[in-house]
Amino acid sequence: MLIHAKRIIRSGWHSFIRSGFTSIASILIMTITLFVITSLIFVQASLNASLSDIKEKVDVTIYFVPGADEPSIKKVEESLVKLPEIKSITYTSALEALSNFKDKHSNDYLTLQALDELSENPLGASLNIKANDPSQYESIAKYFENDNALSKGALTIIDKIDYHQNKMVIDRLTSIINGAKSLGFAVSLVLIIISIIITFNTIRLIIYMSKDEISVMKLVGAGHKYVQGPFIVSGMLVGICASLLTILLFIPISIWLGNHMTDFIGINLYQYYKSNFLQLFVIMLGSGVLLGSISSFFAISRYLRK
Amino acid sequence: MIYFDNVTKKYKDNSSLEEVTLSIAAGEFVSIVGHSGAGKTTLTKLILAEEIPTSGTVFFESTDINKLSKRDLMNFRRKVGVVFQDFRLLPGKTAYENISFAMEATGKSDDEIREDVPHVLELVDLTNRAFHFPHQLSGGEKQRLAIARAIITQPDLIIADEPTGNLDPMNANEVINILKKINDLGTTIILTTHNKGVVDSIKKRVITLENGRIIRDDKEGKYML
Repeated sequence: MLIHAKRIIRSGWHSFIRSGFTSIASILIMTITLFVITSLIFVQASLNASLSDIKEKVDVTIYFVPGADEPSIKKVEESLVKLPEIKSITYTSALEALSNFKDKHSNDYLTLQALDELSENPLGASLNIKANDPSQYESIAKYFENDNALSKGALTIIDKIDYHQNKMVIDRLTSIINGAKSLGFAVSLVLIIISIIITFNTIRLIIYMSKDEISVMKLVGAGHKYVQGPFIVSGMLVGICASLLTILLFIPISIWLGNHMTDFIGINLYQYYKSNFLQLFVIMLGSGVLLGSISSFFAISRYLRK
Repeated sequence: MIYFDNVTKKYKDNSSLEEVTLSIAAGEFVSIVGHSGAGKTTLTKLILAEEIPTSGTVFFESTDINKLSKRDLMNFRRKVGVVFQDFRLLPGKTAYENISFAMEATGKSDDEIREDVPHVLELVDLTNRAFHFPHQLSGGEKQRLAIARAIITQPDLIIADEPTGNLDPMNANEVINILKKINDLGTTIILTTHNKGVVDSIKKRVITLENGRIIRDDKEGKYML
């Protein structure tokens, strides 16, 4: 058994090395496939980065009437914290709101003067809410329309919730995000399937060229595994070389993308490549070896049936 | 050893062998002669179970070779060495590896391979070509290598299908001499050819085929058509 495995591996290695140009051709074809797969992982990563960037910018703010007392506001906050949809809540007190406003308008003397004319703080406190997912803002907004959720006392201190102003933007963003996600997935799937078919056909052609050799092996009395084995080993070697080549190719590519495209894409792809290197390497190596061996297996089995 | 019982093989509409009945005993050297298309190659393919007869039965010893399981067929083929006109060597393997492959396939140990392969290479006079690839060998050398591969597993039967077809007379003679030597050691040989000189020099049994039928079967025959 062991001696068989050793011979199969040696024979596969020999045919891989001696096929020279054919091996290089199949490595290049396989590299294209792995390149497509890795590029799509990059695209998905940058898509996800920009989407979460956009998601971060969506929020809902509850404005309280000026003079609402802090304990009642805290009570509202506490009840909100219990909702599973909510990611974070930031409390801004009336004083903070005033100083923020002053900062924002520090060059606008007219406004500041008008503000000074007023004896009391015209601004109310507010709670800024971020949800886990943009689609959840609606249910959070509805929560306040529900009498059971909060005591009537709490509802009277709420001035307004800006959800309804933001609703259109939020809805459109939600649909764009979902659309981009499913489109990205569909495009990736189609591209991956096409490149897998191309690789499979290349390997099939190479094995087709060896069909006389296969019949000779059978005539000499070699068993199926013994004929099949070396071809599968060669296929695996093609996969290993192609994945190494792809991994190397993506080093300069990701450095360039990291240096020049970070602002455009919204994520530094070199950093992404570095921090996910092991994972990406395993994905490439795994797909290369699987693709090579499975293609060889199926391509050769038709010549073994007889 | 081999017995054809009323075997007919048809390809689409023209038949290649018709109602052939013959038997070949162990240790015989049988030449099968005939024009191109007379059915010589079909006959050898039927013995190897590469083709299935349209009707009739082919026996090896007492088993119908077309009823063998995949595994038994594999074992059967290991008992038969084959030499072809077009050599059918493995192009990606050296002379040494072409021979050792046949041994590896039958599960021989590395020690046996190291011992037997040089021996056989010497027998066919290819010792100094051991690490050449088939495309680096001449026609005669290729055919001698093919014979070396066929005999390495010490088969009971060797089928040589037009082994001299692509060779000049000198190389052809050498190949036939090797086959005769192997036959003297007890291996049954079936040789198909249309080379008159070769057949006449062997002075053994000759079966003549014409249009798929046996028209002559002589104990110590000559090439007559």
